[in-house]
Amino acid sequence: MTDVTHETPGSAPGGGGAAGGVGDTGGSGDGSDASDGADKSSPVFPVASFEDPHLEPYARNPRRAETVIGIFLILGVIGFAGYGAVYYVGGQTQVEGIFLGAGLFCFGFGLSAWGKYLLPRGPFVEERHSHVSTAAEVDAMTAAISGRGKMMFRRRGFLGGILGAGATIMGVVLAFPLLRSLGPVPKDTFDHTNWRTGSLLVDFNGRPIRSDDLEVGGALTVFPHGFVGNAMDQTFLIRPENIDIVTAPGRETWAPLGNLAFSKVCTHAGCPVGLYEEQTQQLLCPCHQSLFDVGQGRPATPVFGPAPRPLPQLPLMIDTDGYLRAQSDYDQPVGPGFWERS
Amino acid sequence: MSSTNGPVQAEAAPRLDTDPGTKAVRAGVKWIDDRLGVAKDGGRSLLDKIFPDHWSFLLGEIALYSFVVLVLTGIFLSLYFNPSSAEVVYHGAYAPLRGTKMSIAYASTLDLSFAIRSGLVIRQMHHWAADVFVGSIAVHMIRIFFTGAFRKPRELNWIVGVTLLTLAIVNGFLGYSLPDDLISGTGIRIAYSIILSIPLVGSYLATLSFGGQFPGDGSIIPRMFILHVLVIPLIILGLIAAHLGLLVRQKHTQFPGEGRTEENVVGSPMYPTFIAKTTGFLFMITGVLWALGGLVQINPIWQFGPYEPTKISYAVQPDWYMGWLDGALRIMPSWEFSGFGHTIPFEIFLPAVLFPGLTFTLFYAWPFIEAKLTGDHAEHHLLDRPRDRPRRTAVGAGFLAFYAMLFAASSTDVLANFFNISLNIVLWSFRVIVFVVPVIVGLLTYRICLDMTGVKGVGKRKRAMIVTRSAEGEYSTVPSAPRPGDEHEELPPIPVPTYVESDEEQTQEEEGVRVVPR
Repeated sequence: MTDVTHETPGSAPGGGGAAGGVGDTGGSGDGSDASDGADKSSPVFPVASFEDPHLEPYARNPRRAETVIGIFLILGVIGFAGYGAVYYVGGQTQVEGIFLGAGLFCFGFGLSAWGKYLLPRGPFVEERHSHVSTAAEVDAMTAAISGRGKMMFRRRGFLGGILGAGATIMGVVLAFPLLRSLGPVPKDTFDHTNWRTGSLLVDFNGRPIRSDDLEVGGALTVFPHGFVGNAMDQTFLIRPENIDIVTAPGRETWAPLGNLAFSKVCTHAGCPVGLYEEQTQQLLCPCHQSLFDVGQGRPATPVFGPAPRPLPQLPLMIDTDGYLRAQSDYDQPVGPGFWERS
Repeated sequence: MSSTNGPVQAEAAPRLDTDPGTKAVRAGVKWIDDRLGVAKDGGRSLLDKIFPDHWSFLLGEIALYSFVVLVLTGIFLSLYFNPSSAEVVYHGAYAPLRGTKMSIAYASTLDLSFAIRSGLVIRQMHHWAADVFVGSIAVHMIRIFFTGAFRKPRELNWIVGVTLLTLAIVNGFLGYSLPDDLISGTGIRIAYSIILSIPLVGSYLATLSFGGQFPGDGSIIPRMFILHVLVIPLIILGLIAAHLGLLVRQKHTQFPGEGRTEENVVGSPMYPTFIAKTTGFLFMITGVLWALGGLVQINPIWQFGPYEPTKISYAVQPDWYMGWLDGALRIMPSWEFSGFGHTIPFEIFLPAVLFPGLTFTLFYAWPFIEAKLTGDHAEHHLLDRPRDRPRRTAVGAGFLAFYAMLFAASSTDVLANFFNISLNIVLWSFRVIVFVVPVIVGLLTYRICLDMTGVKGVGKRKRAMIVTRSAEGEYSTVPSAPRPGDEHEELPPIPVPTYVESDEEQTQEEEGVRVVPR
């Protein structure tokens, strides 16, 4: 239709009288086509007019853009069809990824390019109206809230108190089923493992271990008989030497013939202390690299990393048949720290 | 005391008290207003939202609060329920079933009922809440229907509401199917056959959803579980938000009365009156459901036993909101179509797929059907008295009778047994009753409505006439004095006022003197 220049926001609807006839007279309902009314109404452009200055050069000469968009949409469809075909013949992860990934991307690229190169782009303007209210309006709302709140509680302090206390009590008792029903309370379960006086040491296969089964320098994960695989009972049996090892005063009989046992649960975050360095005689926890020194009679002292305490030592003894047994449970809770740990 | 610190309209602004509480409220309002502009127009459109004071507007609230209870109790149950079809031997707290083979789903339901403190009361509460949820939606919908509240501009909210009813029924069925007991397992068996009955795609849908031919590969319970606890509740939650959003946007309907027009809503404000009342109502509904959960046994799955495809029990009925479908299945004649190398099991497909499909289509379409029939395309905010719309009321009553009869038909075996009559007679009677009773009910309703609209002063209390005989023997009749409630006593409606504290009252209270007006 008519030429519409870029000065439209101010003057075009007045000037482009022909365009005004297309139907955009809603802004000035009084019928008068006054210039002040025209300021508020939006300018009128005919659909698909290549002269619209808001169209990219591509949109005015769209052949190339349309071709590119078409190609990308077709690529998208090929991708979808390819995915369907791959699924139909049995599926293959990488091919599925390529087809559907590329298909969706190309399809989306085509659509976005359509918007970017063929549709009107700004600058168009939207006014931002401050939503901050006047002080009087804030006062009015405050008065509504506080005035009616007082209406409810004024001179009814006793009822209000019962309401508040009642709601609190209700919240507390409703927490019973939601929390307390979930499981047992800890009691003293953290203080004990399944190791007992006389517990037979067994390996992963449940086989008992003789005091000379382990070569000097060897290491083995052991459990109390009947608890193979237990998370808290797992114990590292090492044999750095062939003589009784005393790691601390009071532990003179705990490591007969060099059979030395420490809890395998790291005192830092509870991972299994999985590595025994025979050369340096250190235990390493692979999670956060805590190192425990077990050489020369040291009681698994942490020498590096975040572990705060030595690994608890399990006191061992040799029974009359030559098998290793526990003298007792650990003398302290195994694993990471917690509030009740004394 | 007075602080009119607003430079704009300083005189019009209400006087603000300067006590610390009010100052804190003002600071809070100001903070939020700076970010969201809530104080515009006095900021009171939401605080002042008017809720009509009519009991029938509580029905939707019952549904809403039942849903709240369902979510809370459902979260509790999901902490213990294990949706697995894997078989275990039960060694739990319920002695009669020890040593029985059952699915983990059934066993974990037994455990949460018997071994978890408050477990059984909350499980029964959840089940009761589901029944009340669907029930209150249905009654709410009946209210909307008979008062014409679905008319323009509220068709969208009617559609949202019908969708909510559908989802509530579906999720109720999924929920009570989860424990894998003998009754719900039978229900799943029937649901499978219903899916199977769909022409062309039924067999595919059945094996796809169950992971093979019934009972499938054990995937149906975990699938129903995720639908029941996540997918459908999320949709329900979104639709409830839309339902209430539309309600706020379009404002409430109201019954006609003094000062009530198409242009206003008369009632009590959201804050503080309605909030106090409705919060109390939430607690009351929760209390009733909790009491039901504790006192009235529901779905005692330990009595039914675990589901086994080879076992069945007598008097197997679904939850009440599935009753109309079960009744339709029972009284449907055996009209299986067979030919051209295919079978269409109309005896299932018609009552269990087509019929509910048509039912809900009709529900969805009703506002538009009625507008078409009456030619009434105007906006309506004042509600109808049902008697003033005899045709709609008659149609509605007929439909209700139809579904009520179908519901009754889901107890054919129990009725035959109870009244000691032949099951054949009961069955055939229902085939007649289901169609005859609605017509009778509809015609009667129509007649009653017409009669009521013709009577002057209907719905008002009749005033007694006092007959006196004078000394001369002359008789005269005079109406008795009006009794409380006979006359319209409501105040004329006004905008929600601003309440301010008066200084005199404050000083009087400080001195410990209460002036009680006589």
